[in-house]
Amino acid sequence: MSPMPFPQQVIVILLCIAATMSTRFLPFLIFTSKKPTPPFVQYLGRALPSAIFGMLVVYCLRNVEVLSGSHGLPEAIALAATFLLHLWKRQMLLSIAGGTAVYMLLVQLVF
Amino acid sequence: MIKPRCGRDFPIIYPFLILKDTPFFPALIDEVIDVASSIRRTAFRAAFPKTIPILTGFLFLGMAYGILMRTKGFHPLYPTVMAMTIFGGSLEYVAVEMLLSSFAPVATLLMALMIQARHLFYGIAMLDKYRGLGWKTPLLIFWMCDESFSINCTAEVPDEVDRGWFYLWVSLLNWCYWVAGATIGAQVGAVLPFDTEGLDFVMTAMLAVIFLDAWLKEKQHWSSVIGLCGSLACLLIFGADGFMLPTMACILLALTVLRGLIERAEGKAGDAV
Repeated sequence: MSPMPFPQQVIVILLCIAATMSTRFLPFLIFTSKKPTPPFVQYLGRALPSAIFGMLVVYCLRNVEVLSGSHGLPEAIALAATFLLHLWKRQMLLSIAGGTAVYMLLVQLVF
Repeated sequence: MIKPRCGRDFPIIYPFLILKDTPFFPALIDEVIDVASSIRRTAFRAAFPKTIPILTGFLFLGMAYGILMRTKGFHPLYPTVMAMTIFGGSLEYVAVEMLLSSFAPVATLLMALMIQARHLFYGIAMLDKYRGLGWKTPLLIFWMCDESFSINCTAEVPDEVDRGWFYLWVSLLNWCYWVAGATIGAQVGAVLPFDTEGLDFVMTAMLAVIFLDAWLKEKQHWSSVIGLCGSLACLLIFGADGFMLPTMACILLALTVLRGLIERAEGKAGDAV
């Protein structure tokens, strides 16, 4: 159990909530619909998503050890399977389920 | 049954609800109510399939989180309440460590801001999509986790489906999955009868597919390449624990410097992606 007294625990949790919500709400509070959004921010709104998805894929894989253990091979093979499945069938759920199944088989039976 | 509330349904429905207690046009009233609830039903039917990977991933990861908090000796209500209010997987895991170490409010806040800073980007990307949806807007922002953002940002909502309700269902369902997972984990512990090792890859696979889908649809690949290479480079330089802020700075810088190029590439190929 936490050594922290209960009020301090509540403060820690409240700080986490405040940090999360401020980052989620801030853009909407700064760029309200009353003023026109600056063109540069509109451009960012269009250009950011693709960059974010690239970033999130890397974020998901950030703890993969390339130099030790299984050298990231299960992840690489499962990602390749996911991509190929998606290029072939273009069925999002199928690609995700297939890639995950490949990964589970690899880490449970092979590596 | 619709109760009067603010937002999109309100102006159409409200007069009919007053009429409902009078003997006028009961059949017409029923029809109008049917239409309003069918808007939500159609949106739910469009939204639910998109959330199935997250149903799997969040139940699993949420359970792992609930179990972790129990094994660290917390009351089972902790994971449930934290899942409901913080609703951000990675920060919640870190928060467990924060609660177990000594009290350091400033460090806690800074750490939390650093972990959650990526949401600033989500907000900028969703400004147009989430604004002007009435009472739904603050809820959508509150529920804007990585996964809800990714789905709502890329989903092509069919014309016959109400956009606001679609976004709301996706966000609400994802939130329910996460809270349910954390609660089950805390109350019951490990319940799945099969070996779940590797199941967490479902989140990676989903984001990879979303990335690939965006790549196939976009007219220029500058942003995708910047996001991927920038974060890989920062991961190599700064390591897994501190690469997100440098990555965001890199992306912002690259997008700013290459703006002319990117906008020309977009414009040449047609509409902006």
